[in-house]
Amino acid sequence: MSAVIRVEGLNKTFGRKQALYDLALSVQPGEMVALIGASGSGKSTLLRHLAGLACCDRSDGGSIEVLGRQVQVQGRLNGEVRRLRADIGYIFQQFNLVDRLSVLHNVLLGCLGRMPRWRGTLGRFSSEEKQRAMQALDRVGLAELALQRASTLSGGQQQRVAIARALCQRAEVILADEPIASLDPESARKVMEILADINRRDGKTVVVTLHQVDYAMRYCRRAVALKGGRVHFDGATDSLNPHFLNDLYGADLDASLLLADKARRPRASALALALAKA
Amino acid sequence: MTTLTTAPLADEASKRSWTRLFGWGLLLAVLAWSWRGAEMDPLALIRDSGNMATFAGDFFPPDFSNWELYLKEMIVTVQIALWSTLLAIVCAIPLGILCAENIVPWWVYQPVRRLMDACRSINEMVFAMLFVVAVGLGPFAGVLALFISTTGVLAKLFAEAVEAIDPGPVEGVRATGASALQEVIFGVVPQVLPLWISYSLYRFESNVRSATVVGMVGAGGVGVILWEAIRGFQFAQTCALLIVIILVVTVIDVLSQRLRKQFI
Repeated sequence: MSAVIRVEGLNKTFGRKQALYDLALSVQPGEMVALIGASGSGKSTLLRHLAGLACCDRSDGGSIEVLGRQVQVQGRLNGEVRRLRADIGYIFQQFNLVDRLSVLHNVLLGCLGRMPRWRGTLGRFSSEEKQRAMQALDRVGLAELALQRASTLSGGQQQRVAIARALCQRAEVILADEPIASLDPESARKVMEILADINRRDGKTVVVTLHQVDYAMRYCRRAVALKGGRVHFDGATDSLNPHFLNDLYGADLDASLLLADKARRPRASALALALAKA
Repeated sequence: MTTLTTAPLADEASKRSWTRLFGWGLLLAVLAWSWRGAEMDPLALIRDSGNMATFAGDFFPPDFSNWELYLKEMIVTVQIALWSTLLAIVCAIPLGILCAENIVPWWVYQPVRRLMDACRSINEMVFAMLFVVAVGLGPFAGVLALFISTTGVLAKLFAEAVEAIDPGPVEGVRATGASALQEVIFGVVPQVLPLWISYSLYRFESNVRSATVVGMVGAGGVGVILWEAIRGFQFAQTCALLIVIILVVTVIDVLSQRLRKQFI
């Protein structure tokens, strides 16, 4: 079977700092993959590129294919990317719901990518779409809050609404960017359960970035670890051991601190000298 | 390391105090220069106080004999404000979004902003005089004049509200596969709507005030009879007109403030 997500030679540079180096990744249909790594290792950047929310470098930027269709090549988004996104559900760390709209309305926004543009623009959702949205809400256990404003919900509830939005969207691939990083343990567990259920029962492909390795080991069979913008490990979560994790997080953290300090110091003294002269 | 950083800091501080001193000096110089340009003469207030007392005396008692006409014209004034504000809101919504640098590229917002600057920079009185020539004497000229300047102001205010939004929800809508217009409608507008309503009501208040003046150049409303009363030295009638204007403007201000509070 062909890969659902295929990333080849992805390079991304922010200003003068390169975030992703010649990154390659392939995800098969129905997989649930954890993307782990220290902060700044490039996991969120990679995920944003998959949904075409960010563009890779113009020269030698590589290419991304999702569901057999090109999302971007050499820093240029596919002209049809807005329609492609309908198949790619995206869960954000900060939920990104529209606060002043109702929960139901937020879930209905998931239909926008699949309905005629004029009808979506006027916000005229059909009763079939409303039913689908209610079913999605029911699945995440929030049907009774459908008419409340999104802003009145707790963080964990908001994240479940965001998942309902992706369900209503009927996305084939779900990308979740730190979905539980701002949640309490109980909400985090619920959100991960729902994502795992969507993967198991509906056979959707799920890629989730996680800070907490224990969650990765519990819910995902495969883990991809990034370090400094490169794939550091790609394999079964069973084979992750404390020694490896220490290498992935601890050492990297220290090194980055040291480096940042060293890089800053000469520049600071150069600045001071320039000021003294002026 | 420490000596290197503290020495320039001290230097910096003394430089800053000199800059500040120079700034104040410059401000005082400009004020003194403008005093002569504006022919400021506060003593005239005392010298001619006798004249002014007589002049002020002419205003009282106010002459309300024509109050029905005054009230009718005042209502026309409010009607001018109402329509000019409404037309301005309708145009300022798209124009305001086209002025926001977080929504459109620079080659769109730069020209649209300059156009809105032009609408704002020319006073509504000037527009009123132009429109009186174009569409003839009467309230419609006033509506058009206020509409143009209000569009300029509201587009700027609307754009500032749009530039202050949280980009997260917009990206959330984008990720569902929505079109660019749908991102604005569902991601941007719900966030800025309370501020937009509040700004629009505020502009309505100001337009009632401005509409009393555009009448002076023949663009309809209470301004026409106010100007005639002043020119004819009918100060008792002028006084009555001013009282009517103050009352109506105050009532509208209070009502609109109440409404605005509901939306913030």
